[in-house]
Amino acid sequence: MSRIVALHLGLVALLLALNFLLPAYTHGNIARIMVLAVYAIGYNIAFGYTGLLSLGHAMFFAAGMYGTGLILRFSELSALPAWGVGLACGAGLALAVGLLALRTAGVAFMIVTLMFSQAVYLIILYFGAFTRGDEGFVIEAADRMIWGLDLGQPQVRYLAAWALFSVVLLISLRLVRRPAGRVFVAIRENELRARLLGYDTFRYKLLALVISGTISAASGGAYALLFGYAGASFATVQYSIFPLLWVLLGGAGTVLGPFLGTLFMFYLIDIASGLTEAYMLIAGLALIGLTLFAPQGIAGVIRARLWKDLP
Amino acid sequence: MLRLEGISAGYGPAIVLRDLSLSAAPGRITCLMGRNGAGKTTTLKAIMGLVRPSAGRIMLGDQVISDLPAHRVAGQGIGYVPQGRGLFSELSVAQNLRIGLMARRGDAAETAAIRAEVLTRFPRLAERLDQRADTLSGGEQQMLSMARALCLRPRLLLLDEPTEGLQPSMIEAIRQVIMSLRDAGAAVLLVEQRIDAVLAIADHVHVIENGRNLEDFDAAALTRAPERLRAHLGV
Repeated sequence: MSRIVALHLGLVALLLALNFLLPAYTHGNIARIMVLAVYAIGYNIAFGYTGLLSLGHAMFFAAGMYGTGLILRFSELSALPAWGVGLACGAGLALAVGLLALRTAGVAFMIVTLMFSQAVYLIILYFGAFTRGDEGFVIEAADRMIWGLDLGQPQVRYLAAWALFSVVLLISLRLVRRPAGRVFVAIRENELRARLLGYDTFRYKLLALVISGTISAASGGAYALLFGYAGASFATVQYSIFPLLWVLLGGAGTVLGPFLGTLFMFYLIDIASGLTEAYMLIAGLALIGLTLFAPQGIAGVIRARLWKDLP
Repeated sequence: MLRLEGISAGYGPAIVLRDLSLSAAPGRITCLMGRNGAGKTTTLKAIMGLVRPSAGRIMLGDQVISDLPAHRVAGQGIGYVPQGRGLFSELSVAQNLRIGLMARRGDAAETAAIRAEVLTRFPRLAERLDQRADTLSGGEQQMLSMARALCLRPRLLLLDEPTEGLQPSMIEAIRQVIMSLRDAGAAVLLVEQRIDAVLAIADHVHVIENGRNLEDFDAAALTRAPERLRAHLGV
């Protein structure tokens, strides 16, 4: 086993061990961080590895969340197939958006994805009879069962979040070391050159966006199941900015960066809010400092200074 | 092998190439010369599918390639080394080569053989496999750009001023590689400004002006009357 695989399996093992060691409050936080880190991993495939700066990923997160939640609300399907529907919604939306938005690049791509995401947000509000608009809806405890296990129960919730995070982390590690992952990086570095070497860069970018959107939807669906709520706030611009911040802080184009960034940002706000009501000021200053002195992000600094092969 | 037949092309309303015809044959170094703004780089871009001709056609063997998208033109066996090198700057030398090798989609044994052959041509790169591309010297970057294009094992190699701004030892090393490729049977289309370099290696020269054919020279004509070429280029 290579050192790189050992490192990632080590993180997975550590997070499993923490399930039995953490106090209740931190235990709940880490479960939430793992689910959100899955969202960041998805975002990182598009932005960190392929260079697709999207400002609309909340639509994929929301597609998973509402795909799962509405199926549970209006059908007889159980939690696991409902989550599968959520994934399919994210994948289908990413494919449709990708086919149109990837005809643009750079700032235009940012704007187009932002507009699509706003459209999804407005659709959620417009169909308030089903989605309950701004208020969102609670998913009943009876609907949040998988193989007889209650996903709302803290131990089950943590282990489900851990399982999802572990699988997605290892898929991400595998993907970026496969030929497709290397082409993603080539496109990020110099798309024209990749094209002139014979790569159909549109198809690779579409592939990256669909993988990214599906993973983001997996996170959104899991969030709905584990925390029992689907709400329009998760489809706002703010939720498109969050994964960008998490990935930048943790290290864009690194496998561990999304988790580290999500963990850092979550606790930065958590600790700052315990000190002052102006906690976003502290968070903002910390973010500016990190961006000024470690622009490659946490894992990016580790890669630059300690471990140059870190994927 | 490569034939441009009456190509006209440009950027929107700006017409750069006008009824341009030229050819490049296997086992020969064909040079494309002209003053600045003559349309040399645009010609290479038109061949690669980056600039779409408004008239004429481009043939590779018996196939028309002027209506193919750029990634499929490269797939026909054309390697392109542009001005500015176009490396994947944050990736290592080995990773740059790997992306070139993957594009060929050969089996593992063939891929290993091509990699070994390319590194034999460029031993300096073999010593720097783990080094980031943007930390290489200018000459080494040019070598890497050429090496990556050779990973496709191209039948036709397009080189846009490959020795521009390099020190003499690097120029000589790259010149040797170009000649060895010619000797191995590849067709080479070389855009070059330096007349001494062209006189030393060219088998055929097309001179263009304002996107039009001006005059063609074969090697014998170049040797007989190099001043005519100099006169065209104003040097």
